[in-house]
Amino acid sequence: MAKVIIALGNDISTDDIYPGRYMATVLPTETPQFAFADRTDFNARLKAREFPAGSIIVGGENFGCGSSREQACSTLKGYEVVVVAKSISRIFLQNSINLGLKVVLCPALEASEGDELDLTDDTVINRTTGKQFAQVQMPAARKGIMDAGGLIPYTRALLKVRR
Amino acid sequence: MGMTVAEKILARAAGLRAVAAGDVVEPKVDLAMSHENAALVINQFLEVFDGTGLPPTVWDPSRVAIIFDHRVPAESPKTATNQKKIREFVAANGIAKFHDIRGDTGGICHQILPEYGYVRPGYVVVGTDSHTTTHGALGAFSFGIGATEMASVWSLGYAVNIEVPETIKVVVNGTMPPYVGAKDLILHIIGTLTAQGANYKVLEFHGETIRQMSTSGRIAICNMSVEAGATSGIVPGDEETVRYLREVAGVTDDIPLTTPDADARYVRTVEVDVSKLEPQIACPHMVDNVKPISAVAGTKVQQIVIGSCTNGRLDDLEVAAGILRGKKVAAGTRMLVFPASGRIFAQALAKGYVQDFMAAGAVVMNSGCGPCLGVHEGALGDNEVALSTTNRNFKGRMGNPKSEVYLCSPAVAAASAITGVITDPRNN
Ligand code: SF4
Repeated sequence: MAKVIIALGNDISTDDIYPGRYMATVLPTETPQFAFADRTDFNARLKAREFPAGSIIVGGENFGCGSSREQACSTLKGYEVVVVAKSISRIFLQNSINLGLKVVLCPALEASEGDELDLTDDTVINRTTGKQFAQVQMPAARKGIMDAGGLIPYTRALLKVRR
Repeated sequence: MGMTVAEKILARAAGLRAVAAGDVVEPKVDLAMSHENAALVINQFLEVFDGTGLPPTVWDPSRVAIIFDHRVPAESPKTATNQKKIREFVAANGIAKFHDIRGDTGGICHQILPEYGYVRPGYVVVGTDSHTTTHGALGAFSFGIGATEMASVWSLGYAVNIEVPETIKVVVNGTMPPYVGAKDLILHIIGTLTAQGANYKVLEFHGETIRQMSTSGRIAICNMSVEAGATSGIVPGDEETVRYLREVAGVTDDIPLTTPDADARYVRTVEVDVSKLEPQIACPHMVDNVKPISAVAGTKVQQIVIGSCTNGRLDDLEVAAGILRGKKVAAGTRMLVFPASGRIFAQALAKGYVQDFMAAGAVVMNSGCGPCLGVHEGALGDNEVALSTTNRNFKGRMGNPKSEVYLCSPAVAAASAITGVITDPRNN
């Protein structure tokens, strides 16, 4: 079981998650400080780190829309959170898988800040409200990258075979 | 079963006779583009090779393009050092399609690629920039990826695990009214589809209006396809594509075209008639919050921006200069113009557009992304409003979360600069 530490609405853009003016910062060790930099309450909550790994950020539809900046994934990964959203924009979803940020697609999700969620293999159970929602499974192709531990080890393995 | 343009391109690039939406393929990449975020790509690329004993060299330097545009000239030591690191990598790998900070060959990545003939119909193009959808304007299948995925492409020469997307057919007919153009069309389409209406899908553009449209207009349309969530926007290559590549890009070799089969399968068809289209405005803070200009005319603006990969080309500057010529930018409003490339800047100078802008009181800046992403110039003050020909108006996009950005065509931007309020260019 894990707690929802931040709950967001629809169309949360990568500018929201990681404002463009911090894009010259690229190292995954340095990007987390700028997570939701323009939403000072979220930024402060994350930086305080008063939550265990696996805590949840809930998103609505089209989470991570906008830019291809990978910092929007590494900034969240730095806090070891899980993103559970109704739908996720294509590039953000692929970047998350490539970098190993855990994301869960759950189209009918209803969850508020403070709710306790159980993430099973195919459902999200909201223990606070007692409701249960189905997950959308990742395509098999994406699972391969996730199982390899991200795109870097996945590519490294291919490189040895094919170069 | 017939194939769409995206399916045909992916089948060819994956070495298959046919593919269908939903298949997973590993297409060879014809062109791999990055900008300053190549600094991050290089980190990830070196990590891929770490411990393999193989030399970290890109698979084919002739297929890698790197263009500096997001922060030019550098605004901070950090950016300057990133750029320096990229220059060293470019030299070490023999990457010739490199466009440094220069007044002659520099510019915005999405302008440089078409202008230099780096993109051809039928190509698979990937770029570490979401607006890589732009290059579908030349009939390519072109999409944005992250830095780690680019590191993988640089290593392997193909993209791993690409799901063949479904395609939405957009059929556009009718003649555009005066002062209504490609930007108004794509804003209207995004307003109709919504910001996620084309998520994971391709927009394939057809119809008489598209056939008559210049490559510049097609670039604006494909550029903003991503704002409806599209993986790629594609205008199937035609005579106009060939004309552009020959006349503007100076391409002399063969230009084969890829067209969809008559029985290609589309998930949806959207029909648009532009003959009564009004100028369109995307209102804060979402690109799909699109209204006809009559709904927002009169809104006071402090900053007008003309430029970006969406609307910083010569025809955009021509329209704007034509409206501003002999007039003045309103007091209390500032106007920033940034041509999309050094070549366009020089052409705008030769045609007198730059002089028109300056005489009107606008500031003409060097080619690059400039205020579009609000990183190092043209930021807005608290509670200020910008009207811009760029492509995104997310909160904070122009450098300040306490400001607002409206998006519009170059004609609307120019007409509004004179009055200081959002103004319909048709009433000028
Ligand atoms: S002009 Fe704006 S949208 Fe275009 S590449 Fe630059 S930052 Fe991106």
